[in-house]
Amino acid sequence: MQLTNRSKVVSNKQMTLAEKMYLPAILGGMWITIRHFFRKGATVRYPEVKREVSTVYRGKHVLKRDEQGRENCTACGLCAVACPAEAITMDAAERKKGEEHLYREEKYAAKYEINMLRCIFCGLCEEACPKQAIYLTPEFPAANYDRSNFIFGKDKLVEPIDKRIDVSLRKKVHTS
Amino acid sequence: MDLALLLDKTILILILFGVTLFIAMYSTYAERKVAAFLQDRIGPDRAGPFGILQPLADGVKMFMKEEIIPNTADKWLFIIGPGIAMCTALMTSAVIPWGKNITIGGHEIVLQVADINIGILYVFGVVSLGVYGIMIGGWASNNKFSLLGAIRASSQMISYELAMGMALIAILMSTGSLSIRDIVENQHGWHWNVLYQPLSCLIFIVCAFAECNRTPFDLPECESELVGGYHTEYSSMKLGFYLFAEYTNMFISSAIISSLYFGGYNFPGMDAFSGNTLAIIGTAVFFAKIFFFIFFFMWIRWTLPRFRYDQLMRLGWQVLIPLAIFNILATGTWMTFKGQLGF
Ligand code: SF4
Ligand code: SF4
Repeated sequence: MQLTNRSKVVSNKQMTLAEKMYLPAILGGMWITIRHFFRKGATVRYPEVKREVSTVYRGKHVLKRDEQGRENCTACGLCAVACPAEAITMDAAERKKGEEHLYREEKYAAKYEINMLRCIFCGLCEEACPKQAIYLTPEFPAANYDRSNFIFGKDKLVEPIDKRIDVSLRKKVHTS
Repeated sequence: MDLALLLDKTILILILFGVTLFIAMYSTYAERKVAAFLQDRIGPDRAGPFGILQPLADGVKMFMKEEIIPNTADKWLFIIGPGIAMCTALMTSAVIPWGKNITIGGHEIVLQVADINIGILYVFGVVSLGVYGIMIGGWASNNKFSLLGAIRASSQMISYELAMGMALIAILMSTGSLSIRDIVENQHGWHWNVLYQPLSCLIFIVCAFAECNRTPFDLPECESELVGGYHTEYSSMKLGFYLFAEYTNMFISSAIISSLYFGGYNFPGMDAFSGNTLAIIGTAVFFAKIFFFIFFFMWIRWTLPRFRYDQLMRLGWQVLIPLAIFNILATGTWMTFKGQLGF
């Protein structure tokens, strides 16, 4: 019974004398490898050279602020639920009087951590978020010698107020 | 023996020792670079410019690693093994002529540690001792993988030594001497042995690969079947010694192949020079040839997969030895009749 049309018939034929001499085959192989010797390597010398990635590449996350610079996240936990790698943890807190310029919603994330070693950069967190608070950016989480340094807290995730990160392209991915 | 000679030889031995170790060290770097280039990569480039300090980093790493001697191992043999491998690898270089004589202020310096008239036999003797390093190391580890590797190494080396010796006999017949210096002198200009004895040269090179345990004959240490072969249990600088011995062997075999078949320090157009100039250019040419063969060893390694064990044995006993004997016969016939046929 033929299951696929990719099957190959195994042949146990004896090698001919020319094949048994090995030499033509060896020289052929050496010719192939020496041609590769003079070819340009495919290596990208990271971190001096960064490989070009797509504009909608899913890299390190950013916690967005709104136009007035208030954090969008309301610590609803939907991203943590959606995360297949269980990389997200957070602690919620209630917004106090006088903190309206810091947090957009009445409840906010006092602590928000993503473990970059667990994260698989699938982007499900950003799909789950009802407040458009979390997005993935084309930036790479930097290499480090210590595993504990890969747990990114709010200090690394929340977008700096003076250096806003444009995520309109990522937004388009979800609306299209 | 006068003092000057003693001094000459001591200095030469020290230089040779240094050069051999240096080349073996940088062969590890070259190997990684060549492998990378053949595979469209760029290889180590972090330690120093172009990664040229990589061997030092590797060496430091080797020394810093924890030294482990298995409980069940035969402790003394376990320690001696790498030493023997390294010693025998270094000893062979004594009879290789590195260049023509250099004269400094009327004092003639011979660029060869010992021109013994049985140079070739000496090389063979030392090379066959080399198998002890591997065998003892593998056996003393008290590990099945190591033992298998050691058994393979010894049977492979013994099998290929035969064909190697037979291939050489043709050269000895045409040269009429066992001294390597004589053999090299015989290949003046472009009269290299490879042009007269291509078959013998081919057999010799194949056997040299087998003797050095290089791919496609690296069965004693094939990672995919035997973990690390005879050096599975070794760590730290003992492992370093084994790896180092392999590269030293590669360097020495390249030197021997170049001097036996590719004219040693002879090169076409050498008659235009004389004296010290000739000697220096000759030595440079010799080293160029050696480096080419080291590259050749690596080129083959990153081109060919490993032989199967039965293929290895069949190739050695059923192909190379008969071919070598045939070559001896043909050379003998030619030498007997060439005078009579009026050539
Ligand atoms: S990108 Fe995927 S894995 Fe990473 S935090 Fe978001 S949901 Fe979890
Ligand atoms: S990032 Fe979005 S989904 Fe996650 S807790 Fe904040 S608001 Fe909820």
